[in-house]
Amino acid sequence: MAKKESTLWNLLSTLVMITFFSSALLGGTYLLTKDPIAEAAAEKKNFAIKKVLPGFDNHPGQESYTIQSIDQTGELIGYPGLSEGKLVGTAVETYTMKGFGGLIRLMVGLDPEGKILSISVLEQKETPGLGTHITDKEFQDLFIGKNPGEMPLKVRKDGGDIDAITAATISSRAFCDAVQRAYDSWKNHTKKND
Amino acid sequence: MSLMKIFTNGFIKENPLFVLVLGTCPSLATTTSATNGLGMGLATTFVLGLSNLAIALTARHIPDKVRIPAFIVIIATLVTIVDLLMSAWVNSPGPNGEPSLYDQLGIFIPLIVVNCIVLGRAEAFASKNKPIASLLDGLGSGLGFTFALSLVGSIRELLGSGSVFGLNLLPAQSNILIFILAPGGFIVLGYVIALVNRLKRT
Repeated sequence: MAKKESTLWNLLSTLVMITFFSSALLGGTYLLTKDPIAEAAAEKKNFAIKKVLPGFDNHPGQESYTIQSIDQTGELIGYPGLSEGKLVGTAVETYTMKGFGGLIRLMVGLDPEGKILSISVLEQKETPGLGTHITDKEFQDLFIGKNPGEMPLKVRKDGGDIDAITAATISSRAFCDAVQRAYDSWKNHTKKND
Repeated sequence: MSLMKIFTNGFIKENPLFVLVLGTCPSLATTTSATNGLGMGLATTFVLGLSNLAIALTARHIPDKVRIPAFIVIIATLVTIVDLLMSAWVNSPGPNGEPSLYDQLGIFIPLIVVNCIVLGRAEAFASKNKPIASLLDGLGSGLGFTFALSLVGSIRELLGSGSVFGLNLLPAQSNILIFILAPGGFIVLGYVIALVNRLKRT
């Protein structure tokens, strides 16, 4: 079969046909995947909450509330974990813009007094092999059990007691900033509501 | 040319990265570790096979003057579909909280659209050949690209972080930072291409 000639009508009809079929295909795929994508996102969030909070029997994902960031630069989300109606801890979805690659988002678990239970990294764009060590258990374990209200979280270089990751001081600093922001904002929020 | 030859052609003789030197931008960006290189390569292989097939089936209905825009629309559609499907069905975290496959590869998938290998194979092969041959050509080139990315990724990861595929081989003291940064990518790619050229001469 000979190739179609490049007449104006042929050009127009071909492009219209191709874009029409493409958009139909994309629309179909979008409808098909819309619900599974939303489910996967919710599942991921629940998974992060479960990781940073001890045994709770409610649905923190559905009882979330927004927390104004302490420096008014954005919003955090609090997920309260209750056991038999009593607060056992709050998972705070926090962020910092000070990462080496910009935004870092964390889920920080705080007990009712504000002590850190556990931390999970939700999103980061740090340098692979260097800043990405913030996702390592060894680094995150440095924060567990600390109360940021008693001793502000800072790396040793800045006078704190957190050992920064070798060759990734900026990422370590940013991590501290995000966790500190979670604590300060959450504390401020609970004080206001008491 | 036999079908087998078409398949292996893209792997060695016309390896997209080492011989044709196509797709260097995503290659340098994603080869900071062997796993990332492998992931990017496999995702590209998938799109390359499908786009070659789709283009071989439609090419004779497309007038020459709108060839390129038509191919780009087809490729972009395929990549978006792959992206949506992956974010829907391979997006749950592992039992110990490992990131899902989509989280590990997600950032590379949209990059495939701008990868000139896909358009290059569409133009050079799929638009002039039969569907089955085109599919094989796409898969062959894709696997060649995967091999190249994994190799560059392994070298960079070994020199930069002392591990290969996350497996620790060298102590942390011997890590050379520059190899996981952009300049290291250029250096490794340059030396590997030089080596391939030398081997091809004999």
